[in-house]
Amino acid sequence: MTDKSHDPNQMTGAAMIVRALIDHGVQHVFGYPGGAVLPIYDEIFQQSEVEHILVRHEQGAGHAAEGYARSTGKPGVVLVTSGPGATNMVTPLTDALMDSIPLVCITGQVPTHLIGNDAFQECDTVGITRPATKHNWLVRDVNDLARVLHEAFYVATTGRPGPVVVDVPKDVQFATGTYHPPRKSDVHISYTPRVKGDATQIRKAVALLANAKRPVIYSGGGVINSGPEASQLLRQLVEATGFPITSTLMGLGAYPASGPNWLGMLGMHGTYEANMTMHDCDVMLCVGARFDDRITGRTDAFSPGSKKIHIDIDPSSINKNIRVDVPIIGDCGNVLGDLLQVFKAEAKKPDIKAWWQQIAQWRARNSLSYRKNNDIILPQYAIQRLFELTRGKDTYITTEVGQHQMWAAQFYGFEEPHRWMTSGGLGTMGYGLPAAVGVQVAHPDSLVIDIAGDASVQMTIQEMSTAVQFELPIKIFILNNQYMGMVRQWQQLLHGNRLSHSYSEALPDFVKLADAYGCVGLQATKPSDLDGAIKEMIAIKRPVLFDCRVAALENCFPMIPSGKAHNEMLLPEEATDEATAKAFSGGKALV
Amino acid sequence: MNQPASAYFLEERHDPNETHTLSVLVQNEPGVLARVIGLFSGRGYNIESLTVSETESQKHLSRITIVTTGTPMVIQQIKHQLDRMIPVYRVVDMTLTGSSIERELAMVKVRGGGDHRVEALRLADAFRARVIDATTESFVFEITGNSSKISQFIDLMRPLGLVEVSRTGVAAITRGPEGM
Repeated sequence: MTDKSHDPNQMTGAAMIVRALIDHGVQHVFGYPGGAVLPIYDEIFQQSEVEHILVRHEQGAGHAAEGYARSTGKPGVVLVTSGPGATNMVTPLTDALMDSIPLVCITGQVPTHLIGNDAFQECDTVGITRPATKHNWLVRDVNDLARVLHEAFYVATTGRPGPVVVDVPKDVQFATGTYHPPRKSDVHISYTPRVKGDATQIRKAVALLANAKRPVIYSGGGVINSGPEASQLLRQLVEATGFPITSTLMGLGAYPASGPNWLGMLGMHGTYEANMTMHDCDVMLCVGARFDDRITGRTDAFSPGSKKIHIDIDPSSINKNIRVDVPIIGDCGNVLGDLLQVFKAEAKKPDIKAWWQQIAQWRARNSLSYRKNNDIILPQYAIQRLFELTRGKDTYITTEVGQHQMWAAQFYGFEEPHRWMTSGGLGTMGYGLPAAVGVQVAHPDSLVIDIAGDASVQMTIQEMSTAVQFELPIKIFILNNQYMGMVRQWQQLLHGNRLSHSYSEALPDFVKLADAYGCVGLQATKPSDLDGAIKEMIAIKRPVLFDCRVAALENCFPMIPSGKAHNEMLLPEEATDEATAKAFSGGKALV
Repeated sequence: MNQPASAYFLEERHDPNETHTLSVLVQNEPGVLARVIGLFSGRGYNIESLTVSETESQKHLSRITIVTTGTPMVIQQIKHQLDRMIPVYRVVDMTLTGSSIERELAMVKVRGGGDHRVEALRLADAFRARVIDATTESFVFEITGNSSKISQFIDLMRPLGLVEVSRTGVAAITRGPEGM
């Protein structure tokens, strides 16, 4: 028998965790120490392969890891302690689950003999995070730890990506056991995500596409998740078919906004041409999107005359909200590759000139127009200027949630995938600032901008301190209208203009706040100041809080009112008080 | 279409509900039942009956039998949602196989004397229920069959002095030589 003390695979649980991170190519971990993870922090201290980014709140670690993952395609890794450390992670875990972001979260737990005893900083982490994760594990034996960690990385990154939690009691971190590098048998044999699409279904899809008179391609976050090749294949498919293409919020950048076939984003605040094309199409190709309620409007009037093809890696996305005719289960990139090959071999570009003429008429409505103003900065104008002045630069954009998020999606043109980080499914205010931290960690030399609102940004503002500590020159571009703009918009449209608690009376002075954090504060109050201030922001190689004072009561249009179909959009020039009141059936008359 | 002020489209679905029996083969590991039940409660699905036990201890396999109701679209969702859980091997819709056998076991306690006692015994005999415990004033019957037969037997016992019932929930298996 060999002497176990010389076996390099004999180590403590805490050492195994760091070793597994290294074996999975992890370079950065976002975290916050605490009693139940101290052995792991001790291991982190004694090595230099994995860099730890210390956040100011565990939620910040989670969103930073999401930004890191979304901008690199690699899993984001989080390390937090038991009890409050774990419960503070519930929001980012749920956010990552909704948007299919691969996260591996390691939580400390009280020692196994204390589990269930209401010990200090104990909570039922696996119980609490079960519906917030793709899968989770409580490791009770140090000899299971290596296998579980490897499985965790596999589950998070394969199939439909998502967050996982590995809960490790403190005695397991101290205990010595045998580590092994990743191997195939680490994974549940019951977990077999399907990657390749069914050939018969793909042929059926090509037959529909080839004979389409009024087609549309509707792509989503799945194309981004699938990797850069999927976006390339999507572009080739658009080129080969000549079809118009629209995208969900999560899918922006897969097809370039400057591309000739681009219709803009669809859905509740999508463009008129995108939504009308969806409504009137005869063949719809949905790639990596899930017919979310912000996209469909009323489901019984959603694209009533079309045959629908749906490519998705998750079978449970098929027929969940909208019944489709040709489901194809598989990875977007893989299926698009096969689809493109069959299309090129067996079909030719259908003649859809008449359809494009119709679309041109819808485009001519210019649904994103807004009236110009020389005295007050309009939020749409601010985003347009930000876009123009950062064009051609190596830029990543994150957002918070609300009006500014929709304006960013409408007015910032994304040319490449992985450049746009936003909380789509869960709609988490406070996502953007820590996400920008994560993006900047992954891309230290790039320009990383969080387009924020004055309300959202305060939810995780403490992460400015993280940015300063780690010299991450993130730019927080706050569209400051002193309101929770989207809440106020809904109150105006649906609740008789009773603005219940949507006004922030005591906002901080963001410039002074920047000063207090040791970063740079900038402010613009007039349209004439804006360009200069944005250029200054870009030039500064330190974190910046940019207080952009915008029109207080501007609303986000176009808009599909609730309970309406795609062809019943409210356009900006039509959004008079009277028309708005009428469009919102059941809504009170507007004051 | 009139609906109250809402950020969501409030849809009324008119598809009729169906009852389906699902067999779910899972890895028998801590928390697996909580995952399955959490899925049903979290997504608002119904559980009419749930039966679970380890069936192959060597392979750590458990079989969960769930009777659920929902529109055809919801039933399809339930199956997909179950199937994508990491420890789930297979989900089979026993109702769609068209040739499955469903059985449930119940223990039924009846208390009484005189004619009621005689009548309870006579009915138990007709339903092939066995007496597994008896006192001078009570019986416990064991009855096996499909759920409706058991419900029928319980209804008949009610006026004869029914005290309580313990039912196992439905177990299901397909006919013929093939496994799930």
